[in-house]
This record gives sequence, structure tokens and C-alpha cells, in this order.
Amino acid sequence: MAAQTLFNKIWESHVVRAEPDGTTLLYIDRQLVHEVTSPQAFEGLKLSGRRPRRPGATLAVPDHNVPTTDRTLGIADPLSAIQIRTLEENCRDFGITIFGMNDIRQGVVHVIGPEQGFTLPGTTIVCGDSHTSTHGAFGALAFGIGTSEVEHVLATQCLVQKRPKTMEVRVDGLLPALCSAKDVILAIIGKIGTAGGTGYVIEYTGSAIRSLSMEGRMTLCNMSIEAGARAGMVAPDESTIAYIKGRPLAPKGELFERAVQAWQQLKTDVNATYDVTVTMRAEDIAPQVSWGTSPGMVTGIDQRVPDPRTITDENQRQATERALEYMGLIPNMPMTDIAIDKVFIGSCTNARIEDLRLAASLAKGRHVAKTVHAMVVPGSGLVKQQAEQEGLDLLFKEAGFEWREAGCSMCLAMNADVLQPGERCASTSNRNFEGRQGAGGRTHLVSPAMAVAAAVEGHFVDIRHWS
Amino acid sequence: MQAFTIITGLVAPLDRVNVDTDQIIPKQFLKTIKRTGLREGLFYDWRKQKDGSQDPSFFLNQPRFQGATILLTRDNFGCGSSREHAPWALFDQGFRCIIAPSFADIFYNNCFQNGMLPVVLKADEVLTMMQNVLATPGYQLTVDLGNQTVISPDGTSARFEIDPFRKDCLYRGLDAIGLTLQHETTITSYEARRKTEAPWLFTDLSRNLGGV
Ligand code: SF4
Repeated sequence: MAAQTLFNKIWESHVVRAEPDGTTLLYIDRQLVHEVTSPQAFEGLKLSGRRPRRPGATLAVPDHNVPTTDRTLGIADPLSAIQIRTLEENCRDFGITIFGMNDIRQGVVHVIGPEQGFTLPGTTIVCGDSHTSTHGAFGALAFGIGTSEVEHVLATQCLVQKRPKTMEVRVDGLLPALCSAKDVILAIIGKIGTAGGTGYVIEYTGSAIRSLSMEGRMTLCNMSIEAGARAGMVAPDESTIAYIKGRPLAPKGELFERAVQAWQQLKTDVNATYDVTVTMRAEDIAPQVSWGTSPGMVTGIDQRVPDPRTITDENQRQATERALEYMGLIPNMPMTDIAIDKVFIGSCTNARIEDLRLAASLAKGRHVAKTVHAMVVPGSGLVKQQAEQEGLDLLFKEAGFEWREAGCSMCLAMNADVLQPGERCASTSNRNFEGRQGAGGRTHLVSPAMAVAAAVEGHFVDIRHWS
Repeated sequence: MQAFTIITGLVAPLDRVNVDTDQIIPKQFLKTIKRTGLREGLFYDWRKQKDGSQDPSFFLNQPRFQGATILLTRDNFGCGSSREHAPWALFDQGFRCIIAPSFADIFYNNCFQNGMLPVVLKADEVLTMMQNVLATPGYQLTVDLGNQTVISPDGTSARFEIDPFRKDCLYRGLDAIGLTLQHETTITSYEARRKTEAPWLFTDLSRNLGGV
């Protein structure tokens, strides 16, 4: 058989039917559902009198609207409350498993999937959410879909797709101390642009990627969508298998052994080719900070805010001018001079236990600057529980961080956690669009380590030289 | 789904690159459980000035673009979140066709699910049209899906590419789920085969999670 990429192997094993023009009916193994993008899908099923084909292949959780403060008080916003109640009712009506708001397993949809062993290598996974790409960290083909497609998958367990192209992003070498997967993916987006991956599925390869933990790989794949890619993936290896083993939804016993054998085949063959390859050296990656209103507007902490006057491309110059105006930044100012008001450590990009361990170790014995309000929102109830068992919550609280309940929170500010107009936030999330964290709010995307340092100093600092 | 064959309509210009779905419809409008009535949130933040009043320079607030059915815009339109509320809001506002040099994948796909046609034209063709829209009050275009062309008032036409399957579904207004269900027996036999190859994919999640 011809040499194949990892992507091709997964794609081929999920083709239910292919038309001569390449239009493919692709089988979807598993679907995740949250409250924001599903009500209209369930409504569609009801209107057409259809039932889910395999309710047991879907897992639901409310995350976007949930409060991160005391949940026993309920949800203050009546619209948020209705949306969450609607999800609960739909799951009950259609026989779908849901982790309710007060279930310890509740959390951000892309944190709980891997945590439960729902996310397995070689599977196709979808969710009405663009950051579904996160699950590609396990060597799955995972991508975000719209609500009509959520309904399509519920009804048929399939989607109509055209085969995307493949891009290899190869990062070799050793990352500088305290540089993380977040810096790698921001640097990649800075290099290829926010539309650089449009039409592609990215496979991340190279020694720097191999040495990332599963948490790091999830951070990396999470932001594939910010590069415009349909999905991102990392071939499964020993780290993947060790992470999955023993999780509630992982196969058990002899079935696990069989699955592992299959997963070991899931890698790109030596002679297989990608449509495009992009390479980077890990040593060249400095801690990254975004300065603009799109994730591609990013630079190293040792750089300066760009000067639009030096940009020749008309579109790019205008976009830069507009972004700097919105962000309230002066051309050529050093990135380390940018002072911040808020710090948000959370989201499906960077709120897993490893992120919190690192952040807490850096916060230990230090204190958040007087001018800064900082909060930590764990990715899930289980992450929160684990962190508390390890005493991380105390380290954060002693350092002046707020310690919250799990959810999307200020990543998109659909609940009560919102930036005020003009407020500037160092955020470990994935999007710095205008108004993303609140109308008029200004977001700088950074790693957890960079966020802690900024919280303590009141402005961005180069974590490599921070003592 | 509503069919799309040919339309002639007023064109509205949005001369920006990388317009993301958070801008098309901000999060506070995503709390609805309906598909309709989303027009209210369309470009909500851009419509307003700092003091909260309507910004008269934003195209949607200008009388000359009222009733537009075609949106002309720039590269990478619809990037960001997968929210289908973005095409729903555009549809609710009356847009049936969006023309740009490129689109983000999920948004592009979401348009087709809702009877809307995203058209990819070359950057220089879009640029010329953009200049003409701004210079010519009442500027209209004709978008002909059957012939895959966009026809300008001076009679020049620009051709666009579109996937034949998508074209057919949109042209005839077909129900995508209904089409897939026609292949139900193929799906069933695929599942039967996969169950022997990879049985671990077929465990019922609810059983291993201790029920609902
Ligand atoms: S944490 Fe942010 S990016 Fe992730 S699912 Fe929630 S809103 Fe989306």
C-alpha cells in the first residue's frame, strides 16, 4: 500500500461512501455538545421528527454560560439559565449523557473530553465549537462544525465532507526555559498567518512536539483554528497511551490491548508526503505576546509594538493601524512596557492541571501587583479538585489570585466575567478579537507563565530573565 | 432549506480583512435558543460609536445600503468561532450572498446550510467592485449560481468556482440530512464492519459514565 499520512489513515477508515467528485460521507465516531450551539440542532430534530442515531456516542456539558462563582446561587442571567436548562431538557428527551452544572466532571468541553477518555486516537470527533481541534492532540481527526451539522451528526452519525489538504508543521530542537506549547503555537500563527492553514489539516511533527506533554499538545492543537486550519493533530505515542489508560471511557483489559495495537499504526509513513511543510527551530521561539486584535498579530516579548509606517502592504498597514488604535498601543514601544489591569488564567487552551501547576509554582511566594486583578479558572471540576488536593489553590490565593469554578469564563465573557471598556488583560485563552472578553476590552494572548509574571509585575516581562 | 438560483440585488461594502464571527455577532446574542431574530446583533459593536449612539459612517447605518442582499467584503471573512449565528444574523438582515476573495472554512460551510451563497472572486475583481460600490449609489450585482458568474452593471462577468455537490444542494434547496439518510443501509453496513475492526468505538458512553 502507498505511504500515507496520519490524516489519510484516519480519513480512509471513516469513509462511508465517496462520490466520484470526492464528496465523502464521513463517519463520525463521537460528538461533544454544549449549550450555545446545540439548541437549534435539537429543535431541528424535533421539527423533523428525527431521533439521534447513536445517542450513546454523544456527551454534553454546559460550559460557556456557567457562573464561575458560587453555583448554589443559580444563574443570575435569565437567558443563560434558559440556555442551560434547554440543554438539560434536550439531553433528557434524546437520551444523551450530560454532566450537569453541579457535577464534579463539568468543565470546558475540550478539557472534559480528554479527561474522561472520550477522546481516543484514530477517531473522528466533532463539536459545534471551533476549538474541537484540541482533541487532535491524541491523533484524532477533530474539527468544529456549525449547528446544522450538529443536527446532521445527531441524526446520521455522518457528515458530508471534502478531503482537506495536509500541512506538516515541523518543530525540531529544544524550547528555551519556560517557553511552552502556547509560545510554539503563537509563533506558528505569527509565521503562517490566521488564514495560513485555511483548507488544511495540520500535523505537528518534530522533536520539540514529541517532547511536549499531552497537555502541551492539546494547547498546540487547540489553536490550530487560529491558524485557519480545519484541524490539528499529533501522532499518538507512549505519552498518549499512558494518558488514556484507566480513564472512565478508555477501553479496558483485552480491548485496551487491541486498541493500543491499532493506535501504534497511527503515524505518518516514512515516504508519505504532505501538500505543504513549514519548519521552525524551537530554539528561536521567544515567549510570545499578542499586540493586536487577531491571533496572528503576535511577537516575541523581546520585540517592540510594530510601526504601521514601515508596512508596505496597504491592507496590512490599515489593519495594523486599526488594531493599535483599538488596543491603545504606541508604535515601537517595547512589549515589556505594556501595563495590564487584568489577568485571566483559564480556557480550553491553558487551564489543565499542568498549566495550573506551573502557574502556581511561579506565583508561589509572590504577590499580584496592586494595579492588577487576577483570576484563575480551572478547565474542569476535576482539574479544580486535583489542584486543591495539591494545594495549588492556596498558592494562588496567597499570591492574590481569585480561585474560581470551572467554565469558559472570561475566554469569551458570556457569563458575568467580563472586561470593562479599555481594560487590558493578559489572557491564557486563544482569541484576542475586538470585544472578545467584553466590549472595548483589550486582550493580550500569552502562556500561563507569562500571565503570572505579568500579574506580579503589572506589565509584561520576559519570563526567561525573570527572577 | 431555501433554494438559491439567481439574484440581482443591492450591494453593501464591508471593506475590512479578517472579519471574525465575534464581530459579525457578539457573544451576548448567542444566548438565544432560536435561529431567527438575530439581525439585532449583526455587527453590533461596529454599528455603534463610543457613546453608544449609532455610527452614521458604518455601512449598515447608511440609508443607501438599506435592503442590500449582497455583502462585498475582503479576505478571510468569517474567521474565528464556529457559531452558525453569524450566517443566521446575516440572513436575518436580508443578505443572501457574500462575495470575498477568501472565507474561513467553517463559516463558508455554514452559509450553504442556510440557503446562502458565499462567492470567492479574485482579489482584484473584488477590489474593482468595492471601488464601484462606493462610487455608485444603487450599485447592484447579479449572482447567477447556475452559470457560476457574478455580473456587473456594465455587463462584465466574473466566474467563480464551487463544489458541484454543494452547488446542486443549494440550487435545489435540498435537505442535507434527508440526503444522507438515503444512504442509511450503507451507514449501517459501515458500522457493522467497524464494530469488528475497532469495537472500542462502539461502547455506549452513558454506560461507562454511570448514566445520566
Ligand atoms: S474556553 Fe473559550 S475557546 Fe474554549 S470552548 Fe470555551 S469559549 Fe470556546
